[in-house]
Amino acid sequence: METTNDLRVMTENKMHIEHPALSLRNLSVAYTKDKPAVKGVTADIKRHSITAIMGPSGCGKSTLLRAINRMHDLYPEIVMQGEIRLNGEDVFNMSTTTLRRKIGMVFQRPNPFPTMSVYANVLAGYQLNGFSLKRSEKDEIVEKSLMDVGLFDEVRDSLNKKGTFLSGGQQQRLCVARALALKPEVILADEPTSALDPLSTARIEDLFTELKKNYTIVLVTHNMAQAARISDNAMFMYLGELVEYDRTKTMFTNPKDPRTEGYLTGKFG
Amino acid sequence: MIRSREIFTSDKIAKVILKSASFLVLLLAAGIIFSLLKGSIPAFREFGIFRFIFSSEWNPTEGKEVYGAFPFIFGTVVTSLLALIICFPLSFATSLFISEYFKKTKIAGILSTLVDLLAGIPSIVYGLWGFYTLRPLIVDLGLSEQGYGIFTSSLILAIMIIPYATSLSNEIISMVPNELKEAGYSLGATRLEVIFNVILPVSRSGLVAGYILALGRALGETMAVTMLIGNANLIPKGIFSPGNTMASVIANQFGEADGLKLSALIAIGLLLFVVTAIVNAAGKWIVRRYA
Amino acid sequence: MNLMKSDNRNTPDRSSWRDKKNKLFLGLVVTLSIVTVLPIFLILWKLVKEGISQINLDFFIKVAPDPLEAMTAVNNGEIIPGGIANGITGSLLMVLIASLIAIPVSILAGIFLYEHPNGWYARLIRNLTDILQGVPSIVLGLIAYIWIVISITKGFSGLAGSVALAIMMLPIVIRSTEETMKMIPVTLKEAAAALGVPYWRIILKVMIPTGFSGLMTGILLSISRILGETAPLMLTALGSTMINLNIYKPTSAVPLLIWEFYNNPNMVRLVWSSSLFLMGVVLVLNILAKRINSRFGNNQ
Ligand SMILES: Nc1ncnc2c1ncn2[C@@H]1O[C@H](COP(=O)(O)OP(=O)(O)OP(=O)(O)O)[C@@H](O)[C@H]1O
Ligand SMILES: [Mg+2]
Repeated sequence: METTNDLRVMTENKMHIEHPALSLRNLSVAYTKDKPAVKGVTADIKRHSITAIMGPSGCGKSTLLRAINRMHDLYPEIVMQGEIRLNGEDVFNMSTTTLRRKIGMVFQRPNPFPTMSVYANVLAGYQLNGFSLKRSEKDEIVEKSLMDVGLFDEVRDSLNKKGTFLSGGQQQRLCVARALALKPEVILADEPTSALDPLSTARIEDLFTELKKNYTIVLVTHNMAQAARISDNAMFMYLGELVEYDRTKTMFTNPKDPRTEGYLTGKFG
Repeated sequence: MIRSREIFTSDKIAKVILKSASFLVLLLAAGIIFSLLKGSIPAFREFGIFRFIFSSEWNPTEGKEVYGAFPFIFGTVVTSLLALIICFPLSFATSLFISEYFKKTKIAGILSTLVDLLAGIPSIVYGLWGFYTLRPLIVDLGLSEQGYGIFTSSLILAIMIIPYATSLSNEIISMVPNELKEAGYSLGATRLEVIFNVILPVSRSGLVAGYILALGRALGETMAVTMLIGNANLIPKGIFSPGNTMASVIANQFGEADGLKLSALIAIGLLLFVVTAIVNAAGKWIVRRYA
Repeated sequence: MNLMKSDNRNTPDRSSWRDKKNKLFLGLVVTLSIVTVLPIFLILWKLVKEGISQINLDFFIKVAPDPLEAMTAVNNGEIIPGGIANGITGSLLMVLIASLIAIPVSILAGIFLYEHPNGWYARLIRNLTDILQGVPSIVLGLIAYIWIVISITKGFSGLAGSVALAIMMLPIVIRSTEETMKMIPVTLKEAAAALGVPYWRIILKVMIPTGFSGLMTGILLSISRILGETAPLMLTALGSTMINLNIYKPTSAVPLLIWEFYNNPNMVRLVWSSSLFLMGVVLVLNILAKRINSRFGNNQ
């Protein structure tokens, strides 16, 4: 991918990105008063690319990610401050339902709905929202989404079985398919491979690399090699702050902050 | 600037509905207390709260109506405590069987299912069995002439509350960490010594809470007691004498009640409500606090 | 530990006594445990022995006999004619109405408690639910008498009985709903939210279906609890010699019939068959509830 031209380092850790898919401004999230888990994060996220978020455990990666689709709204005690824009539009002015249909999410552990078949799981975004579709439309969406995640051939004969009967890796791809079915613009993934075996992990990585042609992907990962392999840009967070944000290659070869360097060289984390 | 939670209207409605449902619980509880209080007022006004509670007279003859709840309060407390005393060795042994000696074995599972079954038997069936099986036994043993009375009621109550006493004890005893028990064994203690020196001290407050909750059950039991206690509106002379409890006097006397008598029965219901609420709250408090 | 202080703890005498005590105690525990569950078998045996002869088709489709008929039959050494159809229909009716009143509210309130693990209001509601669960059923009979018999139906009624039973169901279903919801992985709720599903649809389409068997277990257990309730019905539904489906009128119920049979020397034989029937239904409900619940456990 040609990424060199539109990347210009603005400050030490903030990249300038033209027409970002997402832009975060001074974003803070606190679970308990006066103890923010994410502190004043400002960053733009490049469209149709993979942006990795790295950092030691507890640094606020998941918290940041879940702010983007306003998952925190489910828990009234969590306080969010700052600004998030999706295609320039303030997400706090959108309804959470509209927002979340535009931003898909993949979780750490595969979580297909246990009461639904594989088929129904792919369509869950439609069925649960009460959108009625014609049979042919349903079939088309299911087939396309499962094709996109490379699962169609594997589950062709078990579309009516419960989603929970698939293997862990298949379940996770089913969950990606469920997110894709709603045709989102952004996909948020929180350590989507940490519960999977190496082979399934490789498949998901390939899948993401393929998907970034059409989607903007934000990926939280503990796995530095994974970030290096598939991400275009990378954030390094530490104690709730965004310490460094740069092109992945640059960050891995030439980290600017000593904390980033320490983490990447395995001194802590 | 704190980002406002612009909550989607349907979400708001859903939350309001959930909250209203929970609010109904509050209303219900308040309504129960209010209605019991309101219904009790005529009796309390006529006799005074203190006299109503501590007087032993119960005379429904028109014109000479006097109602005092003391024999029933006394009968309730005595039958329940006696039931608790009888229940203790049985349920404690059962808990040890299920959660210590035969923990996680099939036989413990069966025993535990059977104990659960005890809770499923309707009160009136206990009463029948008590009447036709236990009562003749008491007579045969020469303990009392008719077989009715405090002791017979307590015996059946004891069986009825075993599942309530056992279920919490099981939980508490099986939660005692293995390392602690092993520490005891490694010092050469026998199982019995481990039970009394390790398990009991750790789980004492939990067990106490379990028995308090079981006591709460016993206080309010109606049918089985009504069928066995003899329904004598006086302070029992001994544990084999007939008496009456708060719950069973309500069941017994309700049929022909109106006016002052109805108010007196409602007042007894209020007292019963308060006593069970306090006992249950105490049990729950101990569970939350120590167990 | 006191055994450590003992000087002679290693003498064979002392340790064999400790050993013996240990074994004796185990024997005591086993014996008392057997004594504990013995009543179940004795009760079931008594019910079957005394009650089975009266159980026939008539028992289910005929109403309770009048005392005269029963007396004649007893004197002639025949089985008592008639059955408990008025009780069965009354019980069904009142359980149905009670369920309609209690279940929707309880599930919603249970979900509310699940959504609010902390906070003073939720804690208050939780405590009140516990208190409600401990209220003696006879007191709830009084309440339904005051609220319904006196004020609404102006006389004993099935509705009053149903309200008393509904108040009994409420706390059981609320707490079991809360516990069931707690067992559903939170990421399932989040997965639905992440698909832009509005909150109320998450509850209806994800939470309730996923926890369905858990909810059913709570409901079945609460029904099996109220089916055997007699005392509150004596104060509210009163009883009826006919099949009655008008909830504003006095209504019979199986436990009420048992009480009537018990009080009438000529009908005592019917006591056992009715109790056997009641016990059987309660048992089946309990077993069903456990079955469903264990399936729920496996699903997760
Ligand atoms: N629900 C919560 N309530 C209170 N504090 C929380 C909650 N979730 C996370 N935290 C705290 O917020 C901080 C950031 O947590 P977060 O889950 O975002 O970290 P993370 O970077 O994703 O860690 P990991 O790599 O372990 O997933 C941590 O200190 C954590 O303890
Ligand atoms: Mg995380």
